[in-house]
Order: sequence, then C-alpha cells, then structure tokens
Amino acid sequence: MSRLSIETPGRAQTVLDGLHRDMDCRINASAHGLCPVDMSLNYLRLCHAQTCGKCVPCRIGLGQLENLIEQVLDGDATMETIDTIERTARVIADSAGCAIGYEGAHMVLKGIRGFREDYEEHVLHGRCISALTFPVPCVSACPAHVDVPGYVALVNEGRYEEAVSLIRKDNPFPSSCAYVCEHPCEGHCRRAMVDDAINICGLKRFAVDNAKPQPAKILHEPTGKTVGIIGGGPGGLTAAYFLSQMGHQVTVYEQRPKLGGMLRYGIPDYRLPHDVLERDIEHILTTGINVITDVSIGKDVSMEDIQKSFDAVYISIGAHNDKKLGIEGEDAINVVSAVGLLRRIGEGDAPDFTGKKICVIGGGNVSMDATRTARRLGAESVTCVYRRRVDDMTALAEEIEEAMAEGCQILPLQAPARIEKDEEGKVAALWTTPQIIGPYGKDGRPKPISADVPEFRIECDYVIVAIGQAIDARPFESIGIKTFKGMIQAEDTSSVADVDNVFAGGDAVSGPSTVIRAVAAGKVAAANIDAYLGFDHKINTDIVVPPAHLSNAPPCGRVNLKSHCTSDCQGNFDLVVDGMSKKEAKQESERCLRCDYFGFGVFKGGRNNEW
Amino acid sequence: MVTLTIDGLVVHVPEGTTIMEAAKSVNVKIPHLCYLKDINEISACRICCVEVEGERAMVAACSNPVKDGMVVHTNSTRARNTRRTNVELILSQHDCKCATCVRSGNCQLQNVANDLGILELPYETQLAKGRRSAWTKTFPLYRDFNKCIKCMRCIQICDKVQTLNIWDLAGTGSRTTVDVSGNRVIKDSDCALCGQCITHCPVGALRERDDTEKVRMALADKEKITVVQVAPAVRTAWGEYFGLKREEATMERMAAALRRMGFDYIYDTNFTADLTIMEEGNEFLHRLKSGALVRWPMFTSCCPGWVRFLKGQYPELTSQLSTAKSPQQMFGALSKTWLAEKLGVSPEKICCVSIMPCVAKKAEAALPTMAGEYGPDVDIVLTTRELVRMMRADHLDPHFIKEEPLDSPMGTHTGAGVIFGTTGGVMEAALRTASYVLTGENPDPDAFSEVRTEPGLREVTYTVAGIPVRCAVVSGLGNARKLIEQLKEGKVHYDFVEVMVCPGGCVGGGGQPISVEDEELFGVRGERLYELDRENPLRFSHENPEVQALYQEYLGEPLGEVAHHLLHTDHKAWDMPKQD
Repeated sequence: MSRLSIETPGRAQTVLDGLHRDMDCRINASAHGLCPVDMSLNYLRLCHAQTCGKCVPCRIGLGQLENLIEQVLDGDATMETIDTIERTARVIADSAGCAIGYEGAHMVLKGIRGFREDYEEHVLHGRCISALTFPVPCVSACPAHVDVPGYVALVNEGRYEEAVSLIRKDNPFPSSCAYVCEHPCEGHCRRAMVDDAINICGLKRFAVDNAKPQPAKILHEPTGKTVGIIGGGPGGLTAAYFLSQMGHQVTVYEQRPKLGGMLRYGIPDYRLPHDVLERDIEHILTTGINVITDVSIGKDVSMEDIQKSFDAVYISIGAHNDKKLGIEGEDAINVVSAVGLLRRIGEGDAPDFTGKKICVIGGGNVSMDATRTARRLGAESVTCVYRRRVDDMTALAEEIEEAMAEGCQILPLQAPARIEKDEEGKVAALWTTPQIIGPYGKDGRPKPISADVPEFRIECDYVIVAIGQAIDARPFESIGIKTFKGMIQAEDTSSVADVDNVFAGGDAVSGPSTVIRAVAAGKVAAANIDAYLGFDHKINTDIVVPPAHLSNAPPCGRVNLKSHCTSDCQGNFDLVVDGMSKKEAKQESERCLRCDYFGFGVFKGGRNNEW
Repeated sequence: MVTLTIDGLVVHVPEGTTIMEAAKSVNVKIPHLCYLKDINEISACRICCVEVEGERAMVAACSNPVKDGMVVHTNSTRARNTRRTNVELILSQHDCKCATCVRSGNCQLQNVANDLGILELPYETQLAKGRRSAWTKTFPLYRDFNKCIKCMRCIQICDKVQTLNIWDLAGTGSRTTVDVSGNRVIKDSDCALCGQCITHCPVGALRERDDTEKVRMALADKEKITVVQVAPAVRTAWGEYFGLKREEATMERMAAALRRMGFDYIYDTNFTADLTIMEEGNEFLHRLKSGALVRWPMFTSCCPGWVRFLKGQYPELTSQLSTAKSPQQMFGALSKTWLAEKLGVSPEKICCVSIMPCVAKKAEAALPTMAGEYGPDVDIVLTTRELVRMMRADHLDPHFIKEEPLDSPMGTHTGAGVIFGTTGGVMEAALRTASYVLTGENPDPDAFSEVRTEPGLREVTYTVAGIPVRCAVVSGLGNARKLIEQLKEGKVHYDFVEVMVCPGGCVGGGGQPISVEDEELFGVRGERLYELDRENPLRFSHENPEVQALYQEYLGEPLGEVAHHLLHTDHKAWDMPKQD
C-alpha cells in the first residue's frame, strides 16, 4: 500500500464538472418573465444538493424551506407560511456551519424581500404574477426589439439587403450598431444552452458590409403635422426617421456641424469609421428630414420658440459634458476631459501627443476609447489609472485586452490623489493613493480602500479624465420641464409631465447609456408622438423570413471576430476588428436555434411584422 | 408541387403543405392532440413527431412543411417510442377517471392512448390540488384543471377566431397551466360564453355546467308541469352521437324521446322564432322609417353570446340591439302566461326547460331581466350534449323510437323559423316578412338566399317596396369585431345586421355535439336546416297559424302593449363585468 497517490478526477466527476458548466450557461440564458418564486425554489434545491450533511440548519433547514416554498407554489400556503420561511431562512443564515448553508438561506431571504408580492400572489390567489411576455429571448433582450432570428436567417440565405431592411424596421442604425452595439441580445441567446451564444453583432456586421445601399420607404401619406427634434444623435435621428416614415414633417436641430451625436463625436474611428456612420445617416435622410446644424437651443434659438413652432417636440440631447475629479491640481494646463478630446477629434482637430506621456483616469468604455486614442495620437506611453481592480472595470473585456495589446498600461487599484504642476502650470505628474479592494458596498460592488502605503507618482504630460459624463438640460427648464441632476424628468412613454407637446428620451433622461438604448427611446418616442398627433401609423415590413430548418445544427464553436491590434498603432485610426468571412457567416447563422419558430415562438408568434 | 415519401408511399402535394396534411392525403393518419388545422399548429403535444431521414431530431408533423425528396417514417421504432412515451407523459398529468368524464368515448386522448395499447403507466400521477385546481361551479362554463392537457387550443380559438382572449397560459415553468388571462377569474371576465373553447377541446377539460340533475328533479316532481322547447339547430346534430342519419334525426323523433323521458309538453322554439320575426321585423321597419338607423344599424339580439360580446366590448352600442327577446325567452314568457292560462294552471307549476345548441343561453335565462311576475321565463337550459347524456341515461335508442307529433299550440313553425339556427337565417326570415309587410304580398321565399353565408361577412342591399335595405350578416366574433370597427370608422353603413357568435351560427354552437375527428360540422348541419325550410309548406313567419292565433287571442298586435311587456327586454338593465 503506497503512502500517497496522485489523484485524478473519476469519470463521474469529470462529467459532473461539465454539467456544472452547462448549468452555468443555461442559467445565464434564462428567459425574461420566469416566476421568481419557482426559480428560487429550484436554486434552493441545488444548494441543498450541495450540502455535506453535517449541520442541522443546512441539511434539514434547506429541505424544509423547499417544502414551504413548494406549498406556496401549490397554493397550499397561508401568509404565516411566508413568515415561517423568513424566520427559518434567517436562522439558517445565522447558524449554518458554512457557506453552503448560509448563502443558500441568503438567497431565499433576498427573494422574500425582493419579490414578496410574487410570494403573496401565490399564497392569496394561487396564481403567478409572472408571464413570458415575448417568446424570443434575443428580441426581448434588445431594447429596440430588433428581429434577430429574422435577419440572421436572411444572412444565412445571402439576402443581405433584406436583412438590413428588416433591422431598420426597428433600428435605423444597423451599420453603426453592427460595429459598436454592446449586444445585450447575445447575453440571453438560447444557443448558450447548447454551446455558446450566436455572434449576433458579427452577423449584423456581415449583413451591413455586404448589403447595397437602398433608399428608405415612406410608409404613410403626408399628415401636415410638424415635429421638431433637438439633438441629431442616434436617439433623435431614430425618432426623426420613423416619424418621417409616418408622414410627419420633421426638423432636426443639431448643435454641432454634423449629425451623429456621440457616434461621430464620441466613438473613435478605429471602432466606428465615419463612412459606416454615414451609411446610416444617408439612409435616414432619404426620408426627407430637414436638418439645421450648428444651432444651440437656449443660445441661438429659445426653447419657447421651438415649442411653439412645432406640433410636437422631442428632446434627445446627449451627455456631452464631463464630470470633474475634484482633486488638487485639476486646473492644471493639459488636464482634459475624454469627451472633450474625442469631440475635438470628431471635428477633425486632433491634438498631437507624439512623445508625450499620458494618464487616463477611469475604467469605463470612454476611458478605453481615450486610452487607445491617445496611443494613436502618438503618445509614448499611456497609463489608464483605475481605483478598483481590472475585473471591476465597466469597459468591455475585449476593449481592455485590445488596449493592453496596443501597449497601453492598465494601472488598477490607484485612486487619483492630486495633479502635480510644473512651473508653467502644466501637468507634471499624477499622484495616486494605492488601494486594496475591500468589502462590498450598497451598489453590490466591492469598494476600494486605502492600502496604507505611500502615494505613488506617475510622471505625465497630460491627464485625461474619463470618470463619467453629464447632461445639461438647463435650457429646457424655461418652459417648465423638470430636471434632476441635470437630467430631464420624463415618463417611460417619453412624455414630459405638465408640458404639452414635448417629449424627451435617451441620455437626456436616463443619463449616459448605449446606442441601442438611445435608438429604443427614439422608437418609443416616435410611436407616442404619432399617437399624440392623433394617428396610429404602423411601421412594418413585407420581408418574408426564410422558414426554419427541421432540426438544429450539432454543437459548433462560435465564430468570434478577430482583432489585429498592435503596439505600433501611432497615427493609425484604421478599424482594428475584422468582419467574418462568408464561410464563417454561413456557419454562424446556421447555429441560430430559430426561437421565433421553435418553442414558445410558434405558439405566441415569434415575429412582430409591425409596431 | 413537392414529392416525398411517407411510410414508403410516394406523395405529391403543393409546396407549403405540412407533413401532417401530406400524410392525410394518402390516408396515413398521424396521431395528434394539440393540432387544429390553421388554428393551432404549434407542435406542443409532440404526439405527431415523425422520423425524417437525415434529420437529427424527431420532426413535428403538424407544424413543419414538406420538402422535396423528404423520406418520412411515421412508424419507425423511434417514432413509435416517441409517440408512446409522450402520451404516457400526458397521461401522468391527466385525471384518467374516464368513467366519470363527459368526454369518455368522445375523447382524443382516450383514443390515442387506447390505440397505442397503453395498459400501465411507468410514471407517478401528478395532479393539481387545492387552490390550483379550484373553479366555480355556478358559471355556465366549467373547467377541470386536471383534465387539461395544455394543448392551447382554447387559447387559440378564443384569440384567433373569437378575439376575446379569455384564456392564456398562467404561471411559468413546471406549474404552467391554462387559466383565464390577466389573472382574472372567469366570473369577472368578459367571456361571451360562446363555448367554442369547449367544442375545440380534445379532452374533458372544458364543458358546460351540467344541469341535467335539475331537469331530472323537475321531471320527478309530480306537482310540476314540464314544458320543453327545442331550438332549431339541435335537430341538426342530436343524432350524431347515436349514429343516426341527419334526415332521420327529426324533431318528431326527438319529441317521442322527450315524451318517453317524462316531459309533459313538447314544443318547438321555432314557434317563437316565427314570433321573433313578427316583433323584431316590425321593430326594424319602425326604426328604419323613423330614421333611427342613419348612423348605426339595428343589431339582432337573439344570440346571447353576441349580446354579451357587444355589451362587454362596445357597451356604447347596446341601444342598437333589437329589444326583442330571443326566441328562447319569448317562449319561456309565453309558457308561463298564455300557455298557463290555456292549461288553467298557475305559472309556478310550470317548469320551462329549453334545449339549446348553446352555453350562453344558460346565462341568458339567468338574467334578472328575463323574468316576470310569473317567475323566470325559462327555468333550466340544457345543451344538445346534455340532452344526449339524458337520453343515454334513460337508455333510449332513437333508432327504435317512432316519430310523434309535437304538442299544440307552440309546436307549429314555418321554414323561416327553422333557419334561425344557421348564420343568415334570422336576416332571411325577417326580410321575407318585412317584404310582405311593406308590399302586402309574399315575395319568392328564396329571394333573399344571398345572405346564406359562410362565417365571413356577407353584405347585400335589397330594395323592398322601393326602400333600399342595407343588410350585413356575420358569424364568429373575430368577424363581428371587424364589422363593428368598420362601422365605427364610418367605412360601412348598414340598416340591419345579424350577428351569431359561433362560426356558422347556432348549428356550430358551443353546446352542440363535439366531433372527435375535429370536423367543423356547421356547414352540413346548416344545409339540413335549409332542407327543412324547403320541405315546409309554410315559408313565412307571418303565416304561422298558431302565431296568428296568439296575436288574436292574447297579444293583440306586434309591438303592442302585451307584446312589449312579455316579449321585449331592456339590454341596459344589466352589466357585463367591468374590465380594467
């Protein structure tokens, strides 16, 4: 008998590890609208199956919680049952010997507090509040509800123009979104239950890159109604596009010389080339929209005049103002805001950073844009300083990876302390306070705390601040629009309380967000402005989506787009991510499970041909 | 055309045909439960799964189109195993007490399971209990959660055909079931009680409230005089269960059976259908001449499901309904007054039973407005199916029952009365008499046959005595809703509109026998009514001699004071449940 042996996992354990991974993917792909009580019961069962069986609260308690929640779901419970669940879970959370028990109980407690009304509905009426409202997960996850399975199937058949037209039914920025959308659709893709989510955004890019340009269709007769839109960004132009298709005469007021908003003045060329953006804007303008550029509301023309001159007005301004750090030395020469820098570049006035050392402060996508742009402007070194860990950065993981591949440095766990000036008042260095990551805060994220080690000095010529953007809605207060922290107070329908004929949406209302959310807000505004004007115009399409296959493709790897970023990217604003090949697009689109047809789709209708 | 092979047979079908229909074209019947052609092709039960060569998974035959060169096997080992296991799974969540189920012998699940020879189940039975299986026993529509197989047909019929969206899935995950939509209870819903969900349910999950026991008690009560009326559409369908030919399943044979069951007087709702024409026809002429139909038409009011629909969906149009009671209620009112006087008994002694092709009639009879100082017009309403169940309970085989005449005075009818049971019939009957009233002479009885319809909208303008009468006929609530929306938009204008809630009219009613083969029978049943109309020497309601006698003896004249009191109603005196 040997004293020790090398342990290798048995066959059962290997398979089980695989099942753990499968469940992980599966849970992420859960549809919206599932009964939270039922789901938490089943998570609880999973927790219970993990128990080692030693301690009473976990071994017995979790099981009794299961019985009690089951009674709730079976309609056999009373309101006291909910109290018993809560009391029992609290004791388990307090007294279980290890995390298997107490974390399991915490999940139940979170549920009791987070969706108590669901518990009560089951108890009082034997019914469930929840319902699957839209059957196709990617479509329901997309804020603009773009018909994803529809255009993926069209791409599969090589019908690219129709794929793009189908996207435009819900989103007039197919090209821009194909390059920069954060694709929430992929997060809920049911294909993840099989292998991995479909590369929906990549397929969209293949469609827009291969489709020939087409003019927009005007779907309805002229109504004689006029709509003014303030802000020519993605939200404003979306509303303009649909309202124009509905037959209304639309005028867009844009503060800058060109349309596009943040797409033009906030996103660098290497991610979204201007000619790609132009494709969307040109198509939108074929509907016959009046555009007035270089005009600032509140300065060049008053909001009162705008309100009076149109039957309806949509405010869709962007978050173009920067936020301040509030540290010593922030007033130094060469402290710039990321939005300011990116805007200058968008206007064709790029600074020269050749040989300069740059510090960028912030961990979001704008920070990454500034970091990588600084490198392209010739900087000798770029250091992105962030007060939490790299894992906590809100920028997309691939943006961070690509920034590093381009030779930028990410310096986490350093909180900006002050900016050192030279004798001319210019930036000389950024001083930071080293941090360690600490306990979780109320926002559910771990907070950085001081590492109690000496301050750290980073020598640099420029500090670029990218810690968030702000909205300036003050010019609109003159007509009685209410604002909060600079943002306009508007309903989910985009109507503005107490102000007749004015609607607002996008960043102006929600604070800085994504392109697709701005598009969604524009779509909502268009529908509600049309109704306000006394119409019920529908936006529709006659494109016939190819029928679904009979059975699905076997497990197959997801095609990821390749990026070719290099550290010698100075002066090079070319695209860094390559699109799919035709072969890749065919294979990737083949993987789509066609949830518009299979499962709930065939029953409740997997497609809205009009809205 | 597409060419494929199914179980070795070569099949040519048009492109777009489903595998299910392609198989049917060569007499290969693929078993199914949820499939309802054009209405519910959602492959939920997975009983129809077949093996298609080259496909990784089994393919649902009901929802997938054929492809050229496809090779389909409906009886491969894999197909057999799939079918059997899925049926076993459905049975594990189905209350299989067939002996106490109204659909036993007429149940698609029973047939499929019996055909497969399933003798025992490998699975534990899982049935809903307590609150999750609770349903009101007083509403005319009854649902049994533990018989429901979640085929979704009720949801689809109500959504797509009737556009009332009464049913929906409730809950998510393993406890998903079918229930009243929007977390309502049925009593508080705006259900029209058309019963189309019942007649399209493959199992016994939906049925009418069973009132047969009440009838048995009335028959057993020696103090009670039981008076039964039978609606026109019942005679087209009651023989189906017994395998009686449609022309042999006569009203006279049914009368003999009813007499054997113990009913004292056997009458015909057709009599009051003729009477309805006298009242409603004259009301229409009155409204037309007084200019009251310029913006909105007069709507027929004999279909209680339609009245419920209109009051629930378009309450602002309630006053456009004819104030004439339905034939059922006119009959009831007369049975407790005119007939009671003739028989020399007090009205409380009379128990008026009606046999209807309809579920909504149960609700109509219970309305507070459908009663007088004599009590309720109608005491008990049975559907055609309940009549058949009562005959079966009395082991009456109509093959061996000779025809007997109906009783007098309310047993006589004209061909105009009998066609009330099919869509367009009320309109046609009314036009025959209106034409007589306006011109003083009878028109050709078939002069208005253009209003005989399929369920879709039919519009005809007739010029009667120089007056153009714009008529529209429609059945099925989806069609009715379209018509009303068009009226509201001012796109169409009519003077007289007939609406029947069930597609095809009462012959396709929610209380009629159910075809286990999912055949839509309103067409053949409706044709039977037109045969009866043609065979009847009397084709005009105003020529019904007993109706004439009724006016002379008792009512005076149409729309007169007595008629108004007994035969008309205030549709505004009751409300449908309010919806948010």
